[in-house]
Amino acid sequence: MNLIKRYRFFIITIGITALLMIINRELGIKALQVTGYSFKEMLLVIPPIFVLLGLLDVWVPRETMVKYLGENSGLKGILLSILLGSAAAGPLYGAFPVAAVFMKKGAKFSNILIFLGAWSTTKIPMFLFEMSALGVKFALTRLFVNIPGIIIIAYAISKLLKPQEIEAIYENASNL
Amino acid sequence: MGNLMLYAITIVLVLLSFYKDREKTLKALKKGWKAFENILPQFLGVIMLVGILLAVLNPEVISKIIGSSSGWWGVFLASVVGAITLIPGFVAFPTAAMLLKSGAGYMQIGAFISSLMMVGVVTFPVEVKYFGKNVAILRNLLAYLFSFIVAYVIGKVVGGI
Repeated sequence: MNLIKRYRFFIITIGITALLMIINRELGIKALQVTGYSFKEMLLVIPPIFVLLGLLDVWVPRETMVKYLGENSGLKGILLSILLGSAAAGPLYGAFPVAAVFMKKGAKFSNILIFLGAWSTTKIPMFLFEMSALGVKFALTRLFVNIPGIIIIAYAISKLLKPQEIEAIYENASNL
Repeated sequence: MGNLMLYAITIVLVLLSFYKDREKTLKALKKGWKAFENILPQFLGVIMLVGILLAVLNPEVISKIIGSSSGWWGVFLASVVGAITLIPGFVAFPTAAMLLKSGAGYMQIGAFISSLMMVGVVTFPVEVKYFGKNVAILRNLLAYLFSFIVAYVIGKVVGGI
């Protein structure tokens, strides 16, 4: 019973794909091909992220995390969050479990959001790729707009939430 | 290349960890596995959803939507397409470059790339699981609005409007 509940979302998407297959066979096959491709991508990138996450959880003491990314980490914490997010590889959904371990270890909420922002859009490998595909001017302009943008969005979200809400999110992270 | 480096770093760190403390390393691997197993259902759902979306919204359809509409309406359409799709960078950037060549504006491409990378409608269920509904909605909404600012600046600086 529990298993069905956990996989509810997955089961629904299988249903939609099956429906698509019935309505338009070609589109259904295409959907499965894309899914197969994304699945391969997930198998390739996700395992090392979770291994690193486990190592982080076991080896990095809470005090270290608090010192570098915690409540009083200031500008240093902001810069480090951007660097950590930008050095990452993999799709944004890989960032969420890493962020959860950061929260568990006492990183500041705005820094967590900056880390997510950097992971989503200023990743270094992607930046190099963007430069070659769309030009140096395009990639650099986007980077210069993105860095302040990410920080402003992070602080805006932190301010818009009630302290109890943030506490609940940290509570949830420590149970994951 | 990024993947190769990720694996190299991971392997070196695991070996180092194992050399220093066997027990702790096993604990770390167990924790990693638990975290993965915990989110696996959502990951699988997201991957299926990406398949469905990209089958319907394939690069040709995206080109039609973004390539032919100009001005702020074009920016709006591009941002919507970017928000609901999840395309890996090495497919997205060449597609965007192709669109530019076939006549799409820089502003529209800026909106598309920005919302594609920062807004995740498809990954919303994963985000909710870790951060709750409020944060997920706020983050995606603000990132979506931000993609218009990026579009405007890119249009000004790169497109010279």
